[in-house]
Amino acid sequence: MDSALHIDHLTKSYGGTPAVDGLSLDVKRGEIFGLIGPNGAGKTTTVECAVGLRAPDVGTIRMLGLDPQAQGRRLRQRIGVQLQDAALPARLTVREAAALFAALYDNPADPERLLATWGLADQRDTAFADLSGGQQQRLFITLALINTPDLVVLDEISTGLDPEARRATRDLIRSIRERGTSVVLVTHFMDEAEALCDRVAMLVDGRLIALDTPARLIETHAPAARVQFTAPPDFEAGTLDALEAVTRIERSNGRITAYGRGPLLARVAQHLDAHGVTPPDLTHRPPTLDDVFSALAGSGPDDAA
Amino acid sequence: MRALWTMTWTEAKLFMREPAAVFFTLAFPLLLLLVFGMIFGNAPLGDSAFGSVDRSVPGYIAIMIGALSLIGVPITLATYREKGVLRRFRVTPMPTGLVLAAHGLVALVMVLIGTGLVVGTGVVLFDLRLPASPVGVLAATVLGCVSFLAVGFLLGGTLPTARTAQAVGMALFFPMLFLSGAALPRLLFPDLLRQISLFFPLTHVVTLIQNVWMGTGWNMVALGVLAALLLTSATGAIALFRWT
Repeated sequence: MDSALHIDHLTKSYGGTPAVDGLSLDVKRGEIFGLIGPNGAGKTTTVECAVGLRAPDVGTIRMLGLDPQAQGRRLRQRIGVQLQDAALPARLTVREAAALFAALYDNPADPERLLATWGLADQRDTAFADLSGGQQQRLFITLALINTPDLVVLDEISTGLDPEARRATRDLIRSIRERGTSVVLVTHFMDEAEALCDRVAMLVDGRLIALDTPARLIETHAPAARVQFTAPPDFEAGTLDALEAVTRIERSNGRITAYGRGPLLARVAQHLDAHGVTPPDLTHRPPTLDDVFSALAGSGPDDAA
Repeated sequence: MRALWTMTWTEAKLFMREPAAVFFTLAFPLLLLLVFGMIFGNAPLGDSAFGSVDRSVPGYIAIMIGALSLIGVPITLATYREKGVLRRFRVTPMPTGLVLAAHGLVALVMVLIGTGLVVGTGVVLFDLRLPASPVGVLAATVLGCVSFLAVGFLLGGTLPTARTAQAVGMALFFPMLFLSGAALPRLLFPDLLRQISLFFPLTHVVTLIQNVWMGTGWNMVALGVLAALLLTSATGAIALFRWT
C-alpha cells in the first residue's frame, strides 16, 4: 500500500444535509497533507470518518490499508489523533496523562523521554487545566505520538494559540514528518497550510474543489502578486495599465493596488519614479494560499471560530 | 489488563483530588456516625441484641453507594463527555468499556474503604457489633454498589453536561438520603412513609446489608429489586451511552 489514507467517494449527511459529498482523495506516505476550507466545509466530518468515529453513508475509506469501521482498534494502534474539542481531565498531570496513554497501546514510546523531547519536562507535575494553551497543544501532540504512529491526524491544532505558540507548533509538525510519519493537518489558517503542507485539499460545502501543492494551487488559481502604495491625488493611475506586468488596477481611499505577474514590483517602482512619485509605503505581496481560497471559496476563511 | 490497571489507578488519584467527592464518600458518613453515635449511643434496643449504631452503619454504607453512584460517577462521566475527554479516549485502541470499568472499580474500592473507616470507628468508639457473616455483608455491599453503579453509568452515559448530571443526581440522591433509612432509621418512620420508602431503590440496599449484618438472612424482595435495577440500568447504559 502506497497511500497513507485513501478516500473514495465519501458521502456523509446529518439529517439529510450532506456534510461531505462525494469526496475522493489520496494521502501519500510521508507527506504533510492539508485539509482546508471554511467552517462547515466538512473537514472535521472527513477526519471523523477517516479515524472511524463516524461511519460513512457512502464510499470507502482505507487508512494505512485498514478499514476504520471494521478494523478500528487495529487502526488506532497505529495512528495518532488530535481532534478538535478534545480535552483531558482537569486535574490530570502531564506525567499521568503520558503514562495513561502509553498504557493504552501495545508498543508505546517511553513517555518520559517523549515529554522531554517536546519540551514538557518542566511541566511534568502540572495539572492539565493549569497548562497554557501552547503547552496543552504540545501535550496533545505528545499523546498523539505516544504509540510512534505511522500517521497522525491533527484537527485545528493551532486554533486559539498566540502567534508564538503557532510558530512553535509548526516546527513540531515538521519534526513529526522528519521521522517519516505522515501527517493529515486540518486547518483554517492558510499561512499554516502553505508553510507546512506538501499538498493541500480545499473543501467547500463538502466537496473537493482543489487539490495540489500550495505552489501549483497559487499558480493555477491566484497567480497575481500585488503592489500597493499611496499616491498623490493628481497621479494618473491609469498610466500603470500600460505596463506589461500589470493586469489590473484598483483605487480606493487614495491607495492604489496594482495586480500582476512577473517583474511587477520593479516595473511599477520604475514607472512611479519616472513620474516623480516616490510613495514611502510601497509594498509588494506575492500571492498566497489565502488568495486561492478567496478565489475559489468566494470569501476569506472565517477566523472567528 | 495494564490499560485497565493504569486507567483505574489514574481515576483513583483524580477522585482523591475532588474535595466534594471525598467528603461525601468518606467524611460525611463518618460524621453521621459520630453525631448520631454520640446522641443515641449503642445500647441494645429493647430485647434485641443490636443498638442504634449497629442498625445505622448499613445505612451509612448505602449513603456512600448512593452518593458515588448517583452524583460522583454521573458528574465525572458527563464532564468527560462535555469537555471532550471521552472523545479523546475514543480515538485510542482502548476497549469501549474501559472507562466505565475503571470508574466502577474506583467507586467500589472507595465504598469499601469508606466502609472500613465507618466500621473501624464504630468498633473503637461505639462498640459496634460486627456481623456474624462479614463475607455476606461484603457481598451485599458489592451487589448494592454494582446495581447502583449501573444507574450511575446510565445517567452519566446519557446526560449531556455536568450541570444536568449534578441536578439529576442531587434530585435522586437527597430524597433517598432521608427517606430510604440510610441517614435516619426507618424504624422511626410512620407507616405511610415506610410504605413510600419502599419505592426508593436505596431502601433496598439498606435492607439487604442490614438484614445480612443482623443475621436475619438475605431479603429476597431487596435482592429482586436490586437485580432488576442492575439489569435494566445496565441494558439502558449499554444501549444509550453517548461518547459525544
